[in-house]
Amino acid sequence: MAIIEMNNLWKEYGDQVVLERLDAEVQEGEFVTLVGASGCGKTTFLKMLLGTESPSRGELLLDGAPIPDQPDETRGIVFQRYSVLPHLSALENVMLADELHRHKLIGRAFGGKRKALKDAAMAMLESVGLAQAADKYPHQLSGGMQQRLAIAQALMKRPRILLLDEPFGALDPGIRRDMHHLVLDLWRQQGLTIFMVTHDLAEGFYLGTRLWVFDKTRLDPQAPGAYGARITYDLPVGDCDKGTLTAIQAQADATARTMA
Amino acid sequence: MKKLINRHPGPVATWALGLLPFALLLVVYLLASDARLEANPNDKLLPSFSAMGDAIQRMAFEPSKRSGEYLLWADTLASLTRLAIGVGISALMGLIFGIVTGTLPYARAGLSPLITGLSLVPPMAILPILFILFGLGELAKVMLIIIGITPFLIRDLQQRAREIPAEQVIKMQTLGANTWQIILRLVWPQIMPRLISAVRLSLGSAWLFLIAAEAIAATEGLGYRIFLVRRYLSMDVILPYVLWITLLAFAIDFLLARYSRWRYPWFHGSH
Ligand SMILES: Nc1ncnc2c1ncn2[C@@H]1O[C@H](COP(=O)(O)OP(=O)(O)OP(=O)(O)O)[C@@H](O)[C@H]1O
Ligand SMILES: [Mg+2]
Repeated sequence: MAIIEMNNLWKEYGDQVVLERLDAEVQEGEFVTLVGASGCGKTTFLKMLLGTESPSRGELLLDGAPIPDQPDETRGIVFQRYSVLPHLSALENVMLADELHRHKLIGRAFGGKRKALKDAAMAMLESVGLAQAADKYPHQLSGGMQQRLAIAQALMKRPRILLLDEPFGALDPGIRRDMHHLVLDLWRQQGLTIFMVTHDLAEGFYLGTRLWVFDKTRLDPQAPGAYGARITYDLPVGDCDKGTLTAIQAQADATARTMA
Repeated sequence: MKKLINRHPGPVATWALGLLPFALLLVVYLLASDARLEANPNDKLLPSFSAMGDAIQRMAFEPSKRSGEYLLWADTLASLTRLAIGVGISALMGLIFGIVTGTLPYARAGLSPLITGLSLVPPMAILPILFILFGLGELAKVMLIIIGITPFLIRDLQQRAREIPAEQVIKMQTLGANTWQIILRLVWPQIMPRLISAVRLSLGSAWLFLIAAEAIAATEGLGYRIFLVRRYLSMDVILPYVLWITLLAFAIDFLLARYSRWRYPWFHGSH
C-alpha cells in the first residue's frame, strides 16, 4: 500500500485557491523533492502532511487512513529555522524524543535509563557528525550544524515520513551540498520516506528518487488566486535531461512573474 | 580625527566617567550643607556627613532604648521579608497563569479579559479595602505588593509564552510530546529566564508598594521608619535610609541578573 495517497486534493484560503486537483501516490522509501515558484503552495502542502493545515477538499491519506489533523510522531519535520530547542544542549535535543516516550509524566530520564538514552543519542549525533558538539547549545553552533542537529533530533523518533522545508536554504552553497549528501546517506541507511522542498531547481534535480514541480496550469493575470497549483511534472530523478530542466525553470519563472 | 560618534572611552575612562557625576553630586551636597550649617548650626535640612554618621551609628549599631532592637537591621529584615513573600508569590502566580494562558487557547479565552481588567485597577486605590479586609497586619502589606505586580507579571509572561516560535511547539509534537510535556519541557524552561527579567522590571513597583503600605500601617520596616522620623525632620536618618534602600534594590537586581546569566546561559547567549 502507498504510504501517502492524494485523491483530488484541494487547498483554499477563502477564495484564493492554493492547490487544486492533486492526485498522486508515494511509496514507502521514496525521496520526493518539491520545487516550484515562490508562493505556489509547497509549504502549504507540507503543512497538510504535517497536520497543521487540513485539506479543503479531497483526501490525503497516510497508510490508507486520513492524515491526523495535528502533528504527531508519525511525521518528523525540519524547518528552515527554529527547529531545535535553544534551551537544550545538542545531546539533550537528540535525547528528548526518547525521554518524552519513556516518562510520560515528567518527560525526563535519570540514572541508568538516562545513560542508555544518552548512548543512543550520541550514536545519532555521531552519524550526523556532531559528536564533538554534544554539550554545546544551539546558539553556539553554526547554521549548518543546527540543521544537522535538527535532522538528528527528528530521526530519533523514526517517523513514517520526514518533511524538510528548505532546510538548507539559509546555508552556503558548499555546506548545502554536504548537507544534501548527509540527507541522502541517512535516507539510504534508514529506509526513510522523505518530502523535501528546495528552492534550487538544479539541486532538486539530482536528489532523491522523484521530482515534483508545483505550478499553475491555468493562470488568470487579473486574479492570480483564482486557480491553484498542480503537480505539473512528476519525474523519476536520474531520468531527466538538461532540456527538461530548462523548460521547468522557464515555466516556474513565468508563473512567479505573473503572481508577483 | 575620528567622529565623536565613533570614539569610545577605555575601561579606566569608562569608570572615571561613570563615577564623576556621583562625585559632583557629593561635592554639591557638601558645599550646600556647609553653607546652610554655617548660617544656622541647627539646620536639619541638609545634615553634615558626621551627623549622618552619628545617626547610622545609633540606628545600626546601638540597641534602641525603647525596644532594645538594632533598628536598621530589624527594619531591613521586616521589609525584605515582606518584599520576598510578596514578590515570591507574585512570581509564582505570574509563572503559573502566564504559562497556562500563554499556552492553552481555552485558558486564554477564559482568563485574559479578567487579568487585563484587574491590571487596570490602580493598586493604591484599593489599599484602604485591603486594610479593611486584612486588618493592619502583615497580610495587607504583602497583598498590596501582590496586587500591584502580579497582573503585570502574568501579562508579560503570557506574552513571552506566546512568543515561543510555533515551529518549536510543532517540533515537540512531532517528537511525541503531549500538552503537559510541551509545557514541562518547552514552555516552562524557556519562560524561567524571562520570569527573572520580568521580576527585575517589577521590583521598582514592588518597593513602591511596600514603602507605601509601611508608611501607612506598620510598626517596623524601612518605609515605616522614614515616615516616622519625618515628624522630627530627621534628615540625618532619612537620607542614609534612602541610600540603604537604593543599595538593597541595586543588590537584588544585580544578584538576579547574575543568577540568570549563570543558570540560563543559552538565553543570554542568543539575545
Ligand atoms: N494561513 C494562510 N492564510 C491565507 N493565505 C495563506 C496562508 N498560508 C499561505 N497562504 C497563501 O498560500 C500561498 C502559498 O503559500 P506557501 O507558503 O505554501 O508557498 P511556498 O510555495 O512555500 O512559497 P515559498 O517558496 O516562498 O516558501 C501564498 O500565496 C500564501 O499567501
Ligand atoms: Mg515555503
